[in-house]
Amino acid sequence: MNSDLILQALVTGVLLGGVYSLISVGLTLTFGVMRIINFAHGEFLMVAMYATFFFSQYFATEPYVAVVIVLPGLFLFGAIVFQVFVRPILGAEPLNQMLLLVGLSLILQNGALALFSADTRTVKSALSMSKFEFGEVVVGVPNLIAFLVAVAITLGLYWALKYTELGRRIRAAAADREAAALMGINVNRVNLIAFGIGAGCLGIAGPIMTPVFYVVPNIGTFFILMAFVIVVLGGIGNFMGAMLAAFVVAIAESIGALFMPGSTAPVLPFVLFILVLLFRPQGLFAGSAQ
Amino acid sequence: MKPALAWLTGAAALAIAVAAPLFLETHHIHILIQILLFAYVSYCWNILGGFAGQLSFGHGLFMAVGAYTSTLLLLKLGISPWLGMIAGGLLAAALGLFIGFLSFRYGIKGTYFSLVTLAFTEIARIVALNTEAIGGAMGLYIPIKTNDFLQLKFVEKAHYYYLMLGFLLLVMAVTAWLGRSKTGHRLVAIRENEDAAQALGINLLRYKLFATALSAFLTAMGGTLYAHYVTFIDPNTLLNMSMALEITIYAIVGGVGTLFGPLLGAAFLVPIAETIRASLGKSYAGIHLVVYGAVLMAVILFARDGLIGLIKSRRFPGFGAGRRTPDEAVEERAK
Repeated sequence: MNSDLILQALVTGVLLGGVYSLISVGLTLTFGVMRIINFAHGEFLMVAMYATFFFSQYFATEPYVAVVIVLPGLFLFGAIVFQVFVRPILGAEPLNQMLLLVGLSLILQNGALALFSADTRTVKSALSMSKFEFGEVVVGVPNLIAFLVAVAITLGLYWALKYTELGRRIRAAAADREAAALMGINVNRVNLIAFGIGAGCLGIAGPIMTPVFYVVPNIGTFFILMAFVIVVLGGIGNFMGAMLAAFVVAIAESIGALFMPGSTAPVLPFVLFILVLLFRPQGLFAGSAQ
Repeated sequence: MKPALAWLTGAAALAIAVAAPLFLETHHIHILIQILLFAYVSYCWNILGGFAGQLSFGHGLFMAVGAYTSTLLLLKLGISPWLGMIAGGLLAAALGLFIGFLSFRYGIKGTYFSLVTLAFTEIARIVALNTEAIGGAMGLYIPIKTNDFLQLKFVEKAHYYYLMLGFLLLVMAVTAWLGRSKTGHRLVAIRENEDAAQALGINLLRYKLFATALSAFLTAMGGTLYAHYVTFIDPNTLLNMSMALEITIYAIVGGVGTLFGPLLGAAFLVPIAETIRASLGKSYAGIHLVVYGAVLMAVILFARDGLIGLIKSRRFPGFGAGRRTPDEAVEERAK
C-alpha cells in the first residue's frame, strides 16, 4: 500500500469530517434540548442544497452567495416545522415523535422527487476545478472551503453555547427542562430556537456542499444515516462528542475504502455504530466536554 | 358484536374474498394481491412493533433474507421455494435473534432499537450491492413460464391472490392467538411499561426475543412470496429505507397491535399507491410515499390509534366490541 494513497485518504477523510460534523451537531443539538431525533434532518439538508442550486442558477452567482437566503430560510423553515408539527407532540412518546418526523421526511424527499425528478444536478463554482497539490496529495479548493467553513461554524456554535446567555439557556433546558422553566427560562422559546439553529446549520451546509456533492432528492438519506451514527458515537446530545465522532467516521470511511473490497467501505461507520451501542452506549467521548 | 354475529360477518367477508377474483379484471386483482402481501408483512411487523412495542425499521432486511434465500436455493440448487421459504424464515429468525440479543441484552430500546435495525439494514444493503454471487446491484430474476405449485410459480394472477390470502389468514390467526394468549398479554405489558412488566416477573429478554424471532420468521416467508410475485429482487428495493418504513406505516395507520389494523392500513394506502404508480409511471416511483408520509403525520397528530381507533370511537360504536384488543385485554386483567 502506497503511503501517498493513505495520506490522501486521510486528508480526504478530514475534509469530509468537517462537513459531517456541521450536519451532525445540528442533529445532536435538537436531540440534546428536546430529546427528539429529527428524522427529517437529512431532508432539511436536501432542501438547503436545492435552494442553493436554484438560487445560484437564477441569479447566476456563486453557490456560496446563496447562504444569505438559504441560512435564514432554513432557520425559518426549522422554526415553522417546530411550531406546526413538533410542538404539539413534545410530550408524546419518543417513538411517536420519531414517526412524525419520519412522515415529514417521506413527504420532503419524495416531494422533491416529484418536483425535480431523480436527475443529479451539479452546481458550478468558479473554484470547482481549482486545487492545491502538496506532493502527491491533492486538495480541491471547494472541499477545503467546505471544511474550513464547517469547522469554523461548528466551533463558533460551541463557543456560543458555552459562553452566551442564549447558549446558557439552551444548555440549561437540555440539562433539565423543568428546572430551567422554574428558573424563568422560556423553554418553549429555547426549543424553537434550538430547532431553528439545528436547521440553520444545514442552511450553511447546503451552500458549501453543493459545489462538492451532487444534488439529488435522496441525498438526505445518506447523510441522515451518517449523522445518526455520528450522534450516537459522540454520545447523544454531546456537542463536542459529535464533532469528534464526525472525523472518526469520515476518516474510517475514507481509509477503509483503500482496504475494503468493492465499495463496501460505507459499512464501517455502521459496524462502528453497532459496536459502540453495544459496548459504550454513552458514546465514545463521554466524560469529555459537554 | 355478539360472537355468533362476528363469526357470520367473518365467514361472509371470507366468501367475498374468495369469490372476488372471478369478477375482477387483472389490474384490480394485482392491487388486491399487493394489499394482501403488504398487509401480511405488516402483520408480521406488528408482532414485534405492535404487540411488543419494539419499533423495528429492519423488516425490509428480514423480507430480503427470505426473498434471497429461497430464490438462491431455487436458482442455484433447484430446491422448491416451499422449502426455501422455511429455510429463509429460519435464517431470518436467527438473524432476528442475533440483532435482538445484541440490542435487548444491553437494554437498547425505543428509538435506539429503531436505529440499530436501520443500521443492520444499511449494512446488508451495501454488502448485497457488492456481492456478485447474489446478483449484486443487478438483483435476481425468477423466470416464470408455466404453472407449477411445487415451484411456487403461477402464470395467472388469481393463483397468487389465493396464495397471499392463505398466508394473510395464517398471520391473522397468529395475531388473534397473540391477542388472547398469555404470551401476547406479556408482550403488551412489556410495551406499556417495561419496568412494571419486569417487576411482575416477566422475563423481558425472553419475550422480546420470542417476538423478534416469530416476527422475522413470518416476514421472511413474505419475502419469498414477494420474490415469486414480483419475479425480481434487488438490494435497492428490498433493503431501501422506504421499504422498511412502508411495512411499518400500514400497521401504524391501520392501528398498532390490533387484529384488523394492518389489513385496514394496507387496504387504505395500497390502492392510493397503485393508482399513483399507474398514472405517473415508473419515472416517479416513490411519489406515493408523499401521501404515506402525510397520512402517517396525520395519524400521529390526530388519531394515535389509527383508522381502527377512528372506526371504533366515532362511526360504529359497536364495531369490534366482541373482540378484545391487547390494550383492553390488559385493562381487563388489571381489574
